[in-house]
Order: sequence, then structure tokens, then C-alpha cells
Amino acid sequence: MTNPALGGGGEGPGSVTVASRMSGYLRGGGVLVPVMTALLAFAFGGLVVLATGANPISTYKAIFEGSGLNWLFPWVSGEDRLLAGLNLQQTLILTAPLILTGLAVAFAFRAGLFNIGGQGQYLVGSFAAVYVGSSLDGLPALAHVVLAIVAGCVVGGLWAGIAGLLKATTGANEVITTIMLNWTAIYLGKYAFGLNGPLQNSDPTQQSIPVSNDVLASAKLPVFWGDPELQGLHIGIFIALLVTVLFWVLLNRSVTGYEVRAVGFNPDAAEYGGINAGRSYVKVMVICGVLAGLAGAIDVLGWQFRVATNDIDVSLIGFYGIAVALLGRNTAVGTVIAALLFGALLNGTSVRNLDPTIFDPQLATNLATIIQGLIVLFVSAPVLVTYLPDRLRRRRRRKSQAVATVEAG
Amino acid sequence: MRRGEVHALLGENGAGKSTLMNVLYGLHQPDEGEILLRGEPVRIGSPREAIGMRIGMVHQHFMLIPVMTVAENVVLASEPRRGPLLDVSTAEQRVRELSERFGLTVDPRARVGDIGVGQQQRVEILRVLHRGADLLILDEPTAVLTAQEIAELFKVLRTLTAEGVSVIFITHKLREVLEIADRVTVLRRGKKVETVATEGATEASLAKLMVGRDVLFRLEKRSTQTGETLLEVSDLEVDDERGLPAVRGLSLQVRAGEIVGVAGVDGNGQSELVEAITGLRAPRAGHVRVGGKDVTGTGVRGALAAGIGHIAEDRHRRGLVLDFSLAENLALREYRRAPLSRFGLLSPKRMQRQAKPLLEQYDVRGGQPGTTAGSLSGGNQQKVVIARELAEEPQVTVAAQPTRGLDVGAIEFVHRRLLEQRDANRGVLLVSLELEEIRSLADRVLVIYEGRIVAELAPDVTDEEIGVAMLGGTVRSP
Repeated sequence: MTNPALGGGGEGPGSVTVASRMSGYLRGGGVLVPVMTALLAFAFGGLVVLATGANPISTYKAIFEGSGLNWLFPWVSGEDRLLAGLNLQQTLILTAPLILTGLAVAFAFRAGLFNIGGQGQYLVGSFAAVYVGSSLDGLPALAHVVLAIVAGCVVGGLWAGIAGLLKATTGANEVITTIMLNWTAIYLGKYAFGLNGPLQNSDPTQQSIPVSNDVLASAKLPVFWGDPELQGLHIGIFIALLVTVLFWVLLNRSVTGYEVRAVGFNPDAAEYGGINAGRSYVKVMVICGVLAGLAGAIDVLGWQFRVATNDIDVSLIGFYGIAVALLGRNTAVGTVIAALLFGALLNGTSVRNLDPTIFDPQLATNLATIIQGLIVLFVSAPVLVTYLPDRLRRRRRRKSQAVATVEAG
Repeated sequence: MRRGEVHALLGENGAGKSTLMNVLYGLHQPDEGEILLRGEPVRIGSPREAIGMRIGMVHQHFMLIPVMTVAENVVLASEPRRGPLLDVSTAEQRVRELSERFGLTVDPRARVGDIGVGQQQRVEILRVLHRGADLLILDEPTAVLTAQEIAELFKVLRTLTAEGVSVIFITHKLREVLEIADRVTVLRRGKKVETVATEGATEASLAKLMVGRDVLFRLEKRSTQTGETLLEVSDLEVDDERGLPAVRGLSLQVRAGEIVGVAGVDGNGQSELVEAITGLRAPRAGHVRVGGKDVTGTGVRGALAAGIGHIAEDRHRRGLVLDFSLAENLALREYRRAPLSRFGLLSPKRMQRQAKPLLEQYDVRGGQPGTTAGSLSGGNQQKVVIARELAEEPQVTVAAQPTRGLDVGAIEFVHRRLLEQRDANRGVLLVSLELEEIRSLADRVLVIYEGRIVAELAPDVTDEEIGVAMLGGTVRSP
């Protein structure tokens, strides 16, 4: 008997929800499908480049160099190496929040939920972190940083918890509620940090600018590679990697993770094991919100140092998290790799990093969005990707049979 | 396969019956070998080609569109048209003709969602016939039907064969094979064991072919002394999913060393009763006591701690997480406690170590602790459920439909385990729709009707006496 409070109506086993489809995707196949998915998306992206009259191969090469990943090649030296290092710092700065928003989506998928609210959770996390980081002057540095990060996590967790609570108590579909909470977060931010908003900066010379106060030096994340003045790489990437390890332990080695996965696969059987599915939904959404909120906090405390209403409009880190999680098959390691891929792609196509003589950076930014969209499309319709390997496998089998018949005859 | 015969395909769960038929219907491709149809070797690439060769299949789970009418469902994909529109009256006319010819009475205008399961099956058969099939494949057609509906289905099949249609009848129920089939092919582990005529065959001879050894249909029952009351249900009232009363003031006791059978027609409150006892559903009124301790409203964990084991009615939905490994499934009831977890962290190693002997002891075949539960056959899945529930040596085992969908070998295994519980001086509450199962296992038979126990009978009364009580009639005590 599906508890009506949990099932949201007719989500028994067998009925296909988006979340169940996506968790099905993570179960089938190994590494091949995500690699094929990415390659196929890049190939289609190449066709788009071709259509604009540019050369796709040199474009991708330029994007690769723009991402700074060529720093990993030992033969790159001198001036090139210096530039590659700077680029790689930017790529990793983007990778860190992508890992976290990716995990925020992946964790929900593993629990049978579709968290589209990563963006909103990321935003409220950044709001809370910027507020704490820009106030409380005089606090020792370590305490200030930790406090600001915790603020981002807590507010992000509470924000997502609303969706979990609504699902557990009323059966409201989390897809709808998290989307709505995204908009709520966006407009909340535009109001709070906008002109004459309650959290707009208090600098009398900047009253015409809709931004927050700047994060104080004591709340900034330390930079360990590159120049802090030139947006060097802050320790956020280590925080993200550490959280990835915790994510893995939580999901695969903890009692909570066992319960979460049981509910994700089969809420009825979980209930039979004494697991309260409703409570699990709330717990899961809070954890997702903490992860996305942390992403917002490290962005604000690591390199943005302020929240501007313009940035709220254009920020897509939370949404990219969906593609990151899907490409990473909702696993810890997969998410890190996918986040690096997207970080490199976003940075490599940025106006600043791409050589305009090879490909117009304005177009290139759209290329990143196109590739992201294609990846989500291919993951949602895996047939598009698996058709080819299936065909090959079948042909190989037929051929080996033919050989066997010949040998027998 | 001859024209106009009913050919049964018999085999244990996972013997390859359904796979073979899916190959015939073009859903799967054979790895090797060939199919001869009317003397010609054929390649069936898709269901569409199968339909073209006049092969029709009725799946175990119906493929009908509930919001459309019977006629619309029947003519689907070969609709008579009037211009761009569906010609409804012609469609209904055709359905009426077909149903008269084969004795398949259905109302062509009824919505499929509103008619019963037996009727829906007729619609499926009509649809196949409408496409001109003369070879009909029925995959476990009786699994969802009541005894009455099964009798009607058999009547229909006889009419069909009289009209020259051939029928392949997939099942694992021996009695049905003997009743309806002309010949039977027995499969075991993907291989044909033998094809025999049903004339002269007996249930025992077929079971032996199917399992490969002699099967005991009725296990020896030692007489035991019943002891103290272990489970006491008093004046229990439980609402169903829709908030309507399903169990209405029901009382029963299970004593140590006895199996109490609850017989009844499906939907008379059995599921709700089981869920209330095992803590899955909070009762509206009344009490559940285990060993004198009131566990009402303490939920699954409370019932479990008090010593209630639960072999769930639907192992796919409730009993197992099919995507979990066997070790994880075996831990479902006690993952929270040491040694399986400490300080909130699980120990996969200890889960494996616990699983291994259980899988051996309960003879789970085809699975290591790391295999996913979904890859096992139905019988072995049920063994995993039973291993988990009985390993804890519960005071009372609540077994709901414990042998549904199992083959004879697995049924014998389950029955043996339940009798072991009884002989170990523990209690068993057996809720089943199979009268035969209750009669052979239970020491006392309670008959449930509309949420109440209406009769208590000895297991050796006749089927008629139980049957009358199950339909709400009064039983005159002899």
C-alpha cells in the first residue's frame, strides 16, 4: 500500500517518473555510455561550429587551451605554461561549485527524487554567506570563514528542506516545488540586494549600484595557487573534493545512505524494512540543499566577494549541476570528472579565454550551453547513444556465429 | 504443435518458458536455432512480423488502454475508417461478430478500465483474433483469474480450438494443464525435457518431469501440542487506502506450535489485516499483542522488535529491493543494529559474512551475496525473503500468499519452512487465497469475509464448507 503522503499519488513501482528514469540510467552500463554521450554532444557541437563557418577542430583546440588543461602536459613550457596555469586556476575555480551542485542533484537522484532546485539553493547559500562574510567585523579569520560557510550550508539546507517537507506531508511533486523555489530565491535576491533593498551595500558612494557589501578579508577563502589579487585558485576545490569523499561514505557506507538508496529504489520495500520514506525525503532534500548552499558560499567567499543582482540573473551553476550529475551517473567520482569537463568547457569558451580569431567567444558561450543541453537530451533518451554500440554488438555476434558455422561445416 | 490443439508449456520459474514465447512473438531474437512455421523455416524479427504470420500473444500483464472502449481497444492498429475518422459502428459490429463466434461475451461499448480482469483478458484475446491470428500464445493466463473466470476461459479455449485455432498455454499449474491441454511440453533450465499427451499423465508424473525428482504435495505433519498464545488480535478495525473500513472488528489468536490459516476471497481485508499486524498500517481501533505485549501503533520497528516476521504478499513491491544486492536485502530488517552497522556506519564486510551462510542454508541458487536480487528467479527471490524473516527466529511469522507465483519445487520448500516454525513451537499466521495450501498446512482454518472472521473450521472439512463460508454463507456445524 503506497502511503499517500509519500507516493505523491501514483508513483508506485512500475510507474515511470522522471526521477526513476534517471536513477535507471545510473544503473545500466558502465563508463562507456557517459563517454559516448559526451563525445556525441561534442560532435554535434562541432557541427554547429561548422555551420557558423569556423573550423571545429581548431575551435575545440582553442577551447582546450583556454581551459588551461594543457598545463597538465609536461612539454608546455615558458610563457605558454604560465598562461595555461592561469587558465587552469579559473577552470578549477568553476569546477569546485559544479562538483557540489552536481552532488546536490546526484544525491537526490539516488533517493528517487529530482532536485531541479540546485540553482535556488546555490543562490540562498551565497546570500547567507555574503551576509555573514560582510558583517561581523573583527572576528578571527578562521572563525569568520567557517561561520560564513556554515551559514550558506544551513540556509541552503533549509531552503531545499521546504521541498522535502512539502513532499513528505502533502505529496507535492519535488520537481514543481524546487523549480518554484528557484524563482523565489532569484527574486528574493534581487529584492534584498537591489536598489534600496535591505541588504544593499551600505557604502554611501555606491548607492546607485545594486550589490551587496563586500566580503571582509577575514572571511575570504585563502588562495593557494596564483595571485590573490588576480583571482588565484582558492581552497574551495579542496573543500569540494573533501565533500565528495564524505558524499561517497554517506551514500555507500552509512545507515542513512542505505535508507536513502532503499527509498530511492523501492519506497514500499523500504517501509517494510521500517524506514519512514517521508522522513527520508526531508533528510535527502536538506542534504542536497547543504551541498548546493556550500557551492554558493565558496563562490562568494572564494572569488566573487559580493552578490550583484545582475549576476543572480545570469548565474547557471546550479542548473549545470543537473547535467554534471547525469553525465557523472550520480556517482561521486563521475560527478567530479563531469564537473571538471564542464568547468573546462565554461572557462574555455569564456570571452576572456578564447582567441576571437578562431571562434567568436560570444558564440562560444552559447556552444557551452548547446553541449550541456545535448548531454541532458542524450541522457534522457539514452537510446540515441546506445543505438550504435548495440548495433555493433549484434553484428559482431552474428559474425562470430557465421564463423562458428563455417568452422563446424 | 498441431492445428486446433491446446499445447501446454510447463516449467519451473526461470525454466525459459516466457523467453521461448518472446522469441516466437518476435520480441527477442534467437542466438541460434530456427523456427519452423507450417513447415517453413521463418525469421520473426518483430511482433509486427509475428502478427503477419498469424501469431498472436496475450501477455501476463495486459496491454490495454483503460480509457478506451472495448471496441476501440480491439481494433487498435487496424482501425476501420470512415475518411479520417474511426468508424465506431463498424468496429463495434466486428467485435460483436467475433465475440459471438467464439463465445467471448463482452460489451463493445464498455470502457476497459471499468470491466473486470477476466473481461479484460477476453478483450486481449479478441484483439489477437481480430488481427487474424490462428496461433494464440497465452502467457500464464490464469494467474490473475478467479476459479470461476478460469472455468469460463477454458470454455472459450475449447470453442477456439473447435474453430481450428491452436493455443500455446504457458503455466506452472499442473491441474490446469491436465484439464485443458491436449499435449504438454515440459521445460527445465531452458531445455525440453519431454512432450507428453495429457491423457494418462498425472500431477505427480508432470511434477517429476518439471522438477526432476519426486515432489511431495502434502507434507507430513507431526502432531504438536499448542502452547501459550503468542499473537492476539482483538477487535481490530483497519481502513484501506481510500479510507474505507476493510477490517471490521476482527479478533484472532495464534498459539505457540500452530499454523493458523486465514482463508477468504481476495479483497476481504486480508492485506489490511496483515499490514496492521506487521506495523505497516496503523489500525483505527483494536489491539495487536505479541506475547502479551501491546504493539499496536508501534510501527514496523515495534512489530519487528516484538518478534513478528513478515513474508510479504508481494515480494517485488514489499519484500525485496530488486536493485539491492542479496546481502543488502538480507540486512533490510536489521541494518540499523550491530554488528551490521556501528555509529551510523555500515559494514559491508559483515553484511556479506552474514549473507553467505543464509544463502546456503536456504538453498538460494544462482546468487552470491553481491548479486542483485532482481536477477534471481521468483522462487529464489522468495527464498531470500524467507531466509531474512525466519533467520531471526520470530515468535510469530505472518506469511501472506507465501507461494504465489512459485513452482511446485519452491512451494514445497516454503511449506517445509513454515512447518519447521510450527514444530519449533513458534506461531504462524498463514493468509492465502489457495485453499489447498491452507488445508494442507493449517491446524485451524479461519474464514475471513468482509473484514470479519465468520467461521473457524478444522482443516479437514470439505472445500464446499469452506467455500460457502468464504462467500459469506453460514456453515452449519456438523
